[in-house]
Amino acid sequence: MPAEKFDVIVVGAGPAGNSCAYTLAKRGLKVLQIERGEYPGSKNVQGAIMYANMLEKIIPDFRDDAPLERHLIEQRLWYMDDSSYTGVHYRSDDFNEEAPNRYTIIRAQFDKWFSKKVQEAGALLILETTVTDLCFSGGKVIGVKTDRAGGTILADVVVMAEGVNGVLGTKAGLRPRPKPDTVALAVKEMHFLPSDVIESRFNISGDEGVVIEAAGTITRGMAGTGFLYTNKESISIGIGCLVSDFALTGKAPYELLEDFKKHPAVAPLIAGAEVKEYAAHLIPEGGYNAVPQLFGDGWVIVGDAGQFVNAVHREGSNLAMTTGRIAAEAIFQIKSRKDKFSAENLSLYQKMLEQSFVMKDLKKYKRLPDFMHGARDRLFGSYPELVSKAAQNWFRVDGKDKKSKEKEIVRSFVKARGVRGLASDAWKLARSWR
Amino acid sequence: MADTSTVRVEEKLYQNRYLVDAGRPHIVVAPHEKPSKELLLLVKLCPAHCYEVNGKGQVEVSPDGCLECGTCRVLAEGSGALTWTYPRGGYGILFKFG
Repeated sequence: MPAEKFDVIVVGAGPAGNSCAYTLAKRGLKVLQIERGEYPGSKNVQGAIMYANMLEKIIPDFRDDAPLERHLIEQRLWYMDDSSYTGVHYRSDDFNEEAPNRYTIIRAQFDKWFSKKVQEAGALLILETTVTDLCFSGGKVIGVKTDRAGGTILADVVVMAEGVNGVLGTKAGLRPRPKPDTVALAVKEMHFLPSDVIESRFNISGDEGVVIEAAGTITRGMAGTGFLYTNKESISIGIGCLVSDFALTGKAPYELLEDFKKHPAVAPLIAGAEVKEYAAHLIPEGGYNAVPQLFGDGWVIVGDAGQFVNAVHREGSNLAMTTGRIAAEAIFQIKSRKDKFSAENLSLYQKMLEQSFVMKDLKKYKRLPDFMHGARDRLFGSYPELVSKAAQNWFRVDGKDKKSKEKEIVRSFVKARGVRGLASDAWKLARSWR
Repeated sequence: MADTSTVRVEEKLYQNRYLVDAGRPHIVVAPHEKPSKELLLLVKLCPAHCYEVNGKGQVEVSPDGCLECGTCRVLAEGSGALTWTYPRGGYGILFKFG
């Protein structure tokens, strides 16, 4: 272990840690990054969609050599019951632009690429090393201990980019352990198919890609979603629900995944594929109210460890990259004016976050987790079935007059939930959306 | 929907790459006579099916196939039913794709 002192120690080499370490190293700070995996990405799981804008702000020419799978030209939102989906699709040739906005990626490859950039920028990376403890002096974080021989490694400030589980901060009493109703458990598989098969099944060509986000009875009344993303020669498919809901129902996550894969609308898309990996990971979904204390004397928290995920828009790695970059900019400012890394000075990080889309978006949806929780048996149970029955009634031509069909549809909703119940759900949804 | 009680997690885990830290499990269940509700839940919920009820009705963990998701930590560490740390550096699940 290095005996010298660093300006900054970054714990973790995911998107948040890499963005932070890169930004700091580029500005000449002495950075040590510690990653427990065999290679960066080997412990990380994501769908995964990468949003270009937030990476451009860190590495403007990333498209030159980053391992990108497909740029997205079509978004499909499916509301599913056991035999159907009712969907909203948006596809535009405008997304076939020179600098596309969203890409599918494979995290193990992407994180490796990003880490190479971090090292080229001048940060020192130590792999296969788990940080076990934060070290304190007079209440201030002064470094870390690892599972390698060599004692404490010192730094002016420690950046916790350790992911959703956030063990270090909890162990040191700086933040609570994630609660079951603020994290979702997602399971995912990688299904390999020839690229031409993927392109014909999804009606795309070249590097074009499609993303499907699905909700409904696929999560058996639990608050959660399923997804299906097209990579070049593989399809990422997964499903996740709040851990508190899994605990309530006792359902096994892999059983949900198997059912999702067998759904009549999904099965043909992945038919004949070779499965090469099965993964599970937590996703922070508690929103604004679950964000822990983000800074203190000698430390800051970035990325998933700070609950920075916008569950509604399925954004996470972009918030990770942005919080990592902003933390680095705050640290650089404090370092430049030769100030101490006290909690008071590091509160600059929080102030800068408040100005950014990160906190504005989380704030916008701060009521949504409660709404989803309260209405989960309807949102992920009865409503998708009612919507499906209504659509089927409407589209099936059977000699019944249209006015009677309309009446039947309205009556089915009122019967299931009552006028007041429907109005209440609509009102609560609208209010939590504002 | 088809009957799902036949899902074989072991076959899924077989696709994955691991470096097992033999003799150093990173999850340890605290000794108990009767398992808590949380521990029993983990038998169903753990996505790698690392938890089993043994012949004496106690819950045991064998974390060789652990995906390091942290679900058991979030549900049961707080009550003291188990201790959870990350595996030693380099060991554990090694995602090829993630």
